[in-house]
Amino acid sequence: MEFNQPAGNNLFDNARVVGKPLNRIDGPLKVTGTAPYAYERHDVVANQLYGYPVGSAISHGRIVSMETEAAKASPGVRAVVTTLDIEPLGIWNYNVARLFGGDKVEHYHQAIAVVVADTFEQARAAAALIETEYEEGEPADFDLDAAFERVEGSGEPGTLVGDVEGAFRSAAAVVDQKYRTPSQTHAMMEPHAAIVDWSDGGEMTVWTSNQMIEWNRQSLATNFDIDPDTIRVESPYIGGGFGGKLWLRADEVLAAIGSRAAKAPVKLALPRPFMMNNTTHRSATVQRIRLAAGADGKLTGIWHEAASHSLPGGRGENATAQTPFFYAAPNRRVQHHIIEMSLPEASDMRAPGEASGLMALEVAMDEMAEALEMDPVEFRILNDTQVNPSDPDQPFSERHFVECLKRGAEAFGWNDRNRTPAGKREGQWLIGHGMAGAYRGAPTLNSGARVRLSGGKLIVETDMTDIGTGSYTILAQTAAEVMGLTVEDVDMRLGNSAYPVSSGSGGQFGAASSTAGVYAACLALREKIAERLKVEDPEFRDGRVIAGDSDTALADLDGEIVAEDTMKFGDFKKGYKLATFGAHFVEVAVHRGSGEIRVRRMVAVADSGRILNPITARSQVIGGMTMGVGAALSEEMALDTGRGMFANHDLAGYEVAVHADIPEQEVIFLDTVDEISSPLKAKGVGELGLCGVAAAVANAVYNATGVRVRDYPVTLDKIIDRMPAV
Amino acid sequence: MKAFSYEKMTDPAKAAARAAEVEGAKFLAGGTNLLDLMKLEIEAPVHIIDVNGLGLDEITETEDGGLRIGTLVSNTALSADARIRREYPLLTRAIAAGASGQLRNKATTGGNLLQRTRCPYFYDPDQPCNKRKPGSGCAALSKGAFSRQLGIIGTSDACIATHPSDMAVAMRALDATVETVTPTGMTRRIALEDLHVLPGDTPDKETSLLPGELITAVTLPAPVGGAQKYHKVRDRASYAFALVSVALIRQPDGSGRVALGGVAPKPWRSLEADAELPNGARAVMTKLLNGARPTEENAFKITLAERTLAAMLAEE
Ligand SMILES: Cc1cc2nc3c(=O)[nH]c(=O)nc-3n(C[C@H](O)[C@H](O)[C@H](O)COP(=O)(O)OP(=O)(O)OC[C@H]3O[C@@H](n4cnc5c(N)ncnc54)[C@H](O)[C@@H]3O)c2cc1C
Ligand code: SF4
Repeated sequence: MEFNQPAGNNLFDNARVVGKPLNRIDGPLKVTGTAPYAYERHDVVANQLYGYPVGSAISHGRIVSMETEAAKASPGVRAVVTTLDIEPLGIWNYNVARLFGGDKVEHYHQAIAVVVADTFEQARAAAALIETEYEEGEPADFDLDAAFERVEGSGEPGTLVGDVEGAFRSAAAVVDQKYRTPSQTHAMMEPHAAIVDWSDGGEMTVWTSNQMIEWNRQSLATNFDIDPDTIRVESPYIGGGFGGKLWLRADEVLAAIGSRAAKAPVKLALPRPFMMNNTTHRSATVQRIRLAAGADGKLTGIWHEAASHSLPGGRGENATAQTPFFYAAPNRRVQHHIIEMSLPEASDMRAPGEASGLMALEVAMDEMAEALEMDPVEFRILNDTQVNPSDPDQPFSERHFVECLKRGAEAFGWNDRNRTPAGKREGQWLIGHGMAGAYRGAPTLNSGARVRLSGGKLIVETDMTDIGTGSYTILAQTAAEVMGLTVEDVDMRLGNSAYPVSSGSGGQFGAASSTAGVYAACLALREKIAERLKVEDPEFRDGRVIAGDSDTALADLDGEIVAEDTMKFGDFKKGYKLATFGAHFVEVAVHRGSGEIRVRRMVAVADSGRILNPITARSQVIGGMTMGVGAALSEEMALDTGRGMFANHDLAGYEVAVHADIPEQEVIFLDTVDEISSPLKAKGVGELGLCGVAAAVANAVYNATGVRVRDYPVTLDKIIDRMPAV
Repeated sequence: MKAFSYEKMTDPAKAAARAAEVEGAKFLAGGTNLLDLMKLEIEAPVHIIDVNGLGLDEITETEDGGLRIGTLVSNTALSADARIRREYPLLTRAIAAGASGQLRNKATTGGNLLQRTRCPYFYDPDQPCNKRKPGSGCAALSKGAFSRQLGIIGTSDACIATHPSDMAVAMRALDATVETVTPTGMTRRIALEDLHVLPGDTPDKETSLLPGELITAVTLPAPVGGAQKYHKVRDRASYAFALVSVALIRQPDGSGRVALGGVAPKPWRSLEADAELPNGARAVMTKLLNGARPTEENAFKITLAERTLAAMLAEE
């Protein structure tokens, strides 16, 4: 089925199930510890062995030799395979570092060996016995600041509109600052883990934790140069991904190689201290933002130039992603430089681009509001646009940013705040308030599903994944809605390459895309049922098919009726700019002595089209807000610039926000629909929830202390020198 | 983790004798630090002597009006003890600021004192570290290294790691004494101040304990009263090691004691600095942090310690 025109009125406008606050249907499995996560699937295949990885101890260079005799002779060891033993593996579309094979080292802790043994402990002990001799590469430069200075102004801008220099010459107010965001890691609870059965080197079965089943299969096929149809991938439950599990990683590759060598199924999880440098991360950014405005408060020029690091061929972290589209201004120049560095592979993490970009842009906007002596909310309202400002012929499909700002300001009590920086103290704490706008694209990807009706019960099969987002629940709601069933009548089956290819989970495209796929499959099923009953345009409700005098219970239909379809999103969408919008309001307290920063109150407003389930959507947004607090105040992969590696390597050293850091969080969803986006008129919300949060916190810290920090995370060492004496 | 043999003992003196007799033996208490280190082969004992059967898990009163804390008293039990809460609130506050509820349930008094540093390079066996592998060099001191968490005073050119315990900082301010039994069955009393030694050229040597010597208890002298506060400064509100922690005991006349955590290889206190307390935070820190040698990344700890103490003093 093709989605090739605006949705128009449809059954979701009078929804009974979609949009209702249903608890997640996989919740009981998760809270009872019975959801089968990859590493714990002891039952799927007999005689599983354990694999353990070895990583490179240098950031770049060559492996001269590896001594494995001791490891091979170690108790319980079944196989040892080093990167020198096999030819370099293939590299599929989105990976840039080679996952295994050959003597070249591209980054620290790149996988260089796998040990397979009867027990985990035996594999780990043997892995420590492997001795590797390296030839280190030429000393390399890991200084992104210096690199930015070298490339600044060079190359072709991605967006160039109007006369930017002219706008700055004639501006009434100018902001020109540099901002820095650090590298960040996904830090999901469940590490990358897989069981792979490739015992005979023929068919390969993979039980894993991956957001994108079909990409995973294609990537395995390319890596091992085998036919994708010989690979089966299952990933029904995922303990968090945040983009870190979009790609094939070393867990599956090493388990596959180990399985082939040991001729038995192998399970392997990446140890936490290994994940930091072995897997992907969000690149650090350096951003120079220049804003020009007239005395009336209208932006006349936006100039955003940013750099991020990547291995050759990678995408880095494009912090300018939102800048062509977010605010009105007639003159604009936007450019992203990718700096090649032999650091671990930089890649996508929740809201890639916007998450880092808004950390800077929304502070710059705060600075400009201050320069103009305007309220930051009013300033943003004044600079709203209903068309893509870089291409004014393209309207936004829906854009309710102004309403987000107004609703948020009201709910938060924005107007009651203290406006003088460092002007409010409660005991030992300086109190501050800050806000930021949020923008994140709203893509959709083609998505398929198969539905099977039998005895009035519906089975839905799609390779869509649930990374903790609520896919199981919203897809069951969608199917129940279209088929006139209850959610209890629907049996959801996800994350399996035996099922039709879906959008997968990522880029906040999952919910809008995969619900559309299930809708398409259900419509195909409805047609088959209508054909069988020889009725036209029947209504499906309360488990029955009703058309004129004909009234049949779905449960009374004989046998199994199966239908499959894929929703393809048509080109008409290109006539519109689709995005999601939000606003964040934050209250912080800063200790007047230590400079410790604690968030006290948060309000978020989201404009994301139809909210398919307010409970799961709220979870997404508060999760994003929580991640935003981490990004603002503590999360940083500590780069050792001498060694080219991230030195903090576990969840004690990489500090995500913990419970004690997270206060009352209020989430407001605007009651909007977007009929250009999908048949359900839905857009994503999971990434929007993160966008802008950190800037709101940083702006609040400024309001509390009078100290502006442009270098994340905003930690106490960056403010205490400039805070007033106690 | 390397293979090891295991035995559980019931008599403290015999446990000490055994530990001295078997080369490469280690005591296992709560295991919250030792087992993690063994998994990474940072510690690789060949023999484990489990001390959890030794008793030594009570808090009793001493003749001079203080308390004797058995080494196997858990951090949770110690911080919750009514006498500790009433007479030594500093200790309760410090322990409660450390680790997490689950860890404190397992962590023991002796184990907490002997926990090892959290230097990130110490934890990465692929990096040089004089403490982990004597003579291999100190990764944290090389150009471009990450040293924000590490020490500013009492450190050496061989090692700048800190001792991470919160409990020990409070005990230092409270003038605690460690009681041990030596492998020959003798009882020793070591002032907490003398338990940890500075790294010098041998950062792998961290305490003044003899090989095999077992901590049996920590004693606290009679309560000293005063207002007792512990401010642990960290980037997130819980479950993080201290950037700097300040233990303060302040008497109504303005005199008192100050000990710092997060700055040195041991809890950091000096009597000369204590004597400056009536003169304010700057005066105290000028003495206490005299001779500090921070890295560029952690020089802020000097300002931080002073500001934190200043705010604590300004609190009443
Ligand atoms: C994630 C995490 C966060 C943490 N955060 C903090 C924090 O914020 N603040 C803090 O203070 N601590 C923190 N800790 C450390 C924790 O307090 C220690 O791990 C714990 O106190 C160690 O006690 P244990 O009994 O488990 O020691 P074990 O691990 O059993 O032993 C530690 C060492 O002491 C030796 N030992 C134990 N008992 C004796 C004895 N009686 N005589 C001689 N030697 C002995 C052992 O041989 C071993 O070398 C944290 C730990 C973790 C894992
Ligand atoms: S500071 Fe000490 S513990 Fe850290 S790397 Fe240097 S020697 Fe090792």
